Amino acid sequence: MVDNDIVFQISNINAWYGEKHVLKDISMRIKQRKVTALIGPSGCGKSTFLRCLNRMNDFIHNFRLEGRILYKAQDLYSPETDPIEVRRTIGMVFQRPNPFPKSIYNNIAYGLQIFGIKDRAKLDAIVEDSLRKAALWDEVKDNLGQNGLALSGGQQQRLCIARAIAVNPEVILFDEPCSALDPVATAKIEDLIMELKNEYTVVIVTHNMQQAARVSDYTGFFMLGDLVEFDDTKKIFTTPANKLTEDYITGRFG
Amino acid sequence: MNRLAYNKLVDRFFKLAALAATIVGLVFLFTLVWDIAHDGAGRISWSFLTSFPSRRPERAGILSALVGTIWIMGLTAVFAFPIGVGAGVYLEEYTKKKNLITRLIEINIANLAGVPSIIYGLLGLGIFVRALSLERSLLTGALTLTLLILPIIIISTREALKAVPFSIREASYALGATRWQTTYRQVLPVALPGILTGTILALSRAIGETAPLITIGALTYIAFLPESVFDPFTVLPIQIFNWVSRPQKGFAVNAAAAIIVLLVLTLILNSIAIYLRHRFQRRIRW
Repeated sequence: MVDNDIVFQISNINAWYGEKHVLKDISMRIKQRKVTALIGPSGCGKSTFLRCLNRMNDFIHNFRLEGRILYKAQDLYSPETDPIEVRRTIGMVFQRPNPFPKSIYNNIAYGLQIFGIKDRAKLDAIVEDSLRKAALWDEVKDNLGQNGLALSGGQQQRLCIARAIAVNPEVILFDEPCSALDPVATAKIEDLIMELKNEYTVVIVTHNMQQAARVSDYTGFFMLGDLVEFDDTKKIFTTPANKLTEDYITGRFG
Repeated sequence: MNRLAYNKLVDRFFKLAALAATIVGLVFLFTLVWDIAHDGAGRISWSFLTSFPSRRPERAGILSALVGTIWIMGLTAVFAFPIGVGAGVYLEEYTKKKNLITRLIEINIANLAGVPSIIYGLLGLGIFVRALSLERSLLTGALTLTLLILPIIIISTREALKAVPFSIREASYALGATRWQTTYRQVLPVALPGILTGTILALSRAIGETAPLITIGALTYIAFLPESVFDPFTVLPIQIFNWVSRPQKGFAVNAAAAIIVLLVLTLILNSIAIYLRHRFQRRIRW
């Protein structure tokens, strides 16, 4: 049963916002160093599901979860699990770019500083390395003191990716990372995601089916809180098993 | 008259009514300032600022009151700022679950901001003067005014924190930061100008308070400067109150001059607040 390729083993989770049942009996396995895409119409629960994976739903006060999510061998929701540690290992990039209102350098250094890394040379090296991996270094290397908010939307989002990479996570969750960006910036982020899977496990929520088809290895289709179908991306987009999936990907609704 | 003409008439009427309301307020304010300036501006001199009060109006000055006011403001700021900000941070950042207790606390704080200041004076008299035996000292005065302005600082801290987008907190938490790290390193720096603005406006309210300080027994005549926080004191409003109640014409002039000094101090505080708010609005573009 121990499969080293499996990073997340999600078993029968149900979730509620107050009385509203938003995730219904979902089970899924997410593989290491692959890109898993979650698609579906608005309000289908895909973002909620993504946020279960690094306990970002903890901040919503009437949110309730049942079921089990194993990250490797660790039960993410057992009382012994420290959500701070979970979020350090499982990073996240959000829908709207949200750099801190600080310099580019400090945006990236912050995640390291809070864990006690003060050595300037080490910080410099990680900042440069993270910006290179996020394909932003060449555009900002002469301007690291500039405020992160002064960058364009696409650059801001790559800064957020660099910031997530800097703390050396094992997984990066993307919550509709391109929905606020233009097509050129979107293409850059997509290239980056395909690059990132060499080192990280990536889970991406997207509204854009072409994006899911382009970047992902596996795709899950959510509707109204149900996981309708989960399979190889190629299979989902060519020969889906479920009629609903087929209707959605061919644009008949959604 | 058709409907359109009627609408336009109503529109013009409200414009005039609003203008009249504005003018009424301004006229009263200018009359007050002009009257005070007319009476007191000639009296302000270096010796007025640096002399102790006296029985003879032409020799009297505001030194002890001015120094007392500065002491009280400084001490009040030192006490009220950390406590007010701490309480605001707790209520806004740490109690996300709205239960009965936090709601009760919130309602109480909002109500406390509206309690008459003399009640705070009585509270100060009971707690600091009597129970803690701090006598009628600077410390008592500052602590009493701290109680008075705490609700205002707490409320403005909460408002400033509410204005910080949640996405900043999310970004920080997603990197594995604790609540304290997120609050201290990301949220508070963004909210700080707003918090400072609120604190300064609260202080500029405290600077004019007379009733609570008289209630705790601050002296009206002091011919020495306090050497420690346990010494007795007086403040500008009390000095003004004292002079206004004297029959001699010369003391009325002194009171007017002291009011000008007090107004200038308040104006300085408010200017700092406006400057900070201006910077705050300009700096943040999400």
